[in-house]
Amino acid sequence: MKHLLSPMDLSVEELDQLLDLASDIAANPKKYARCCEGKKLATLFYEPSTRTRLSFEAAMLNLGGSVLGFSSADSSSAAKGESVSDTIRVISCYADIAAIRHPKEGAPMVASTKSLIPVINAGDGGHQHPTQTLTDLMTIRSLKGGLGNLTIGLCGDLKFGRTVHSLIESLVRYENIRFVLISPPELRVPDYIREDVLNDKHIEYKEVQKLEDVMGELDILYMTRVQKERFFNEEDYIRMKDFYVLDKAKMELAKPDMLVLHPLPRVNEISVEVDDDPRASYFKQAQFGVYVRMALIMTLLGIAAPDAKEV
Amino acid sequence: MLNVGELHEGIVLDHIQAGKSMDIYYNLGLDKLDCCVAIIKNARSNKMGKKDIIKIEGSIDLVDLDILGFIDHNITVNIIRDSVIVEKKDLTLPKTITNVIRCKNPRCITSIEQELKHIFVLTDEEKQIYRCKYCEEKYERH
Repeated sequence: MKHLLSPMDLSVEELDQLLDLASDIAANPKKYARCCEGKKLATLFYEPSTRTRLSFEAAMLNLGGSVLGFSSADSSSAAKGESVSDTIRVISCYADIAAIRHPKEGAPMVASTKSLIPVINAGDGGHQHPTQTLTDLMTIRSLKGGLGNLTIGLCGDLKFGRTVHSLIESLVRYENIRFVLISPPELRVPDYIREDVLNDKHIEYKEVQKLEDVMGELDILYMTRVQKERFFNEEDYIRMKDFYVLDKAKMELAKPDMLVLHPLPRVNEISVEVDDDPRASYFKQAQFGVYVRMALIMTLLGIAAPDAKEV
Repeated sequence: MLNVGELHEGIVLDHIQAGKSMDIYYNLGLDKLDCCVAIIKNARSNKMGKKDIIKIEGSIDLVDLDILGFIDHNITVNIIRDSVIVEKKDLTLPKTITNVIRCKNPRCITSIEQELKHIFVLTDEEKQIYRCKYCEEKYERH
């Protein structure tokens, strides 16, 4: 039984195959419209998430399958104290594949050990969110033509942002990747990313505080939200907050083909005036997220891409 | 010099860091054994200055070598038969360790899931780093 718990569960070859399939789905969505007919996806969301849950549901519906599930712990048997292990055993009798979001880190792994159906981690606390990483990778690959030879700027909360850590770990497996890490000192990437991932693999990177200083170097700018409560004092927050707000003026410093990505939801770290810039790719990212989840569901269910002639 | 009676058949855990023998006694569950167990604290040692020693009258099966390797892989394990050392076991860092240490991450699923085993995995042998199997939180030795 194959599950997806962490983006690193996939080898580079598996990842490339998955992204190839997702790209074909994006190019020929009709060809895949009945691939999962008769199959059911259970979305077990122990905490609210609009985007991820609806993206999974849209993915399954696009494949001709159906969905069932719950969208908060209050409306599930967890409110009665049922364990994750028991819930997944029961859900295994109802559905063919499950996507689980849980506030506790490692909950999807516990589910995978007892499950009779493939389990997808749809986010477990601050730990992993592999389908966001797949979405980010597909967006970069589709819009840049590949995953190598890129300078990637990661901006904002690099300490607590799980999507940032997973993206770094995934991208270092490709050729000629360089990172520019833009954050306040309080929110630098954790030591284990710097030491075990970047230094150990001899990846070129630099750490800076001001986004303006490095805009012109970047092929990709991955924005994340800096929350006020992450700062140790109000003064630092006020001094630095504007460094991490992307606006038209900063976009003028960027390359003409630089892409702006954001895992969303955006609060105020990207000014709305940037949305109309052709380089703003965060809403396209949401669309790619559906395609990559379609490819993932098919892959974990062992469903091959239909022959074009059969459609 | 204090003399502890000769061990005819059993196990001697030697070169325990001075002061650590009681931790090992409880972690190995020796307190639950029926057989004779001797704990020698602060014995003189040429190599270590001071050391602790535990002598157990019984078979090697009574000692979980994985737990012992996790606690301190420099401990010497001697198997005694007919009052003679017949075998010395080398300890290594175990690949996984179950229900010996607990994950301290309050956001980890182990904090709420009923009867879930606390499993740690050796992720970096050189740096001797163990991480929780579920949340990947690093175990900090004190």
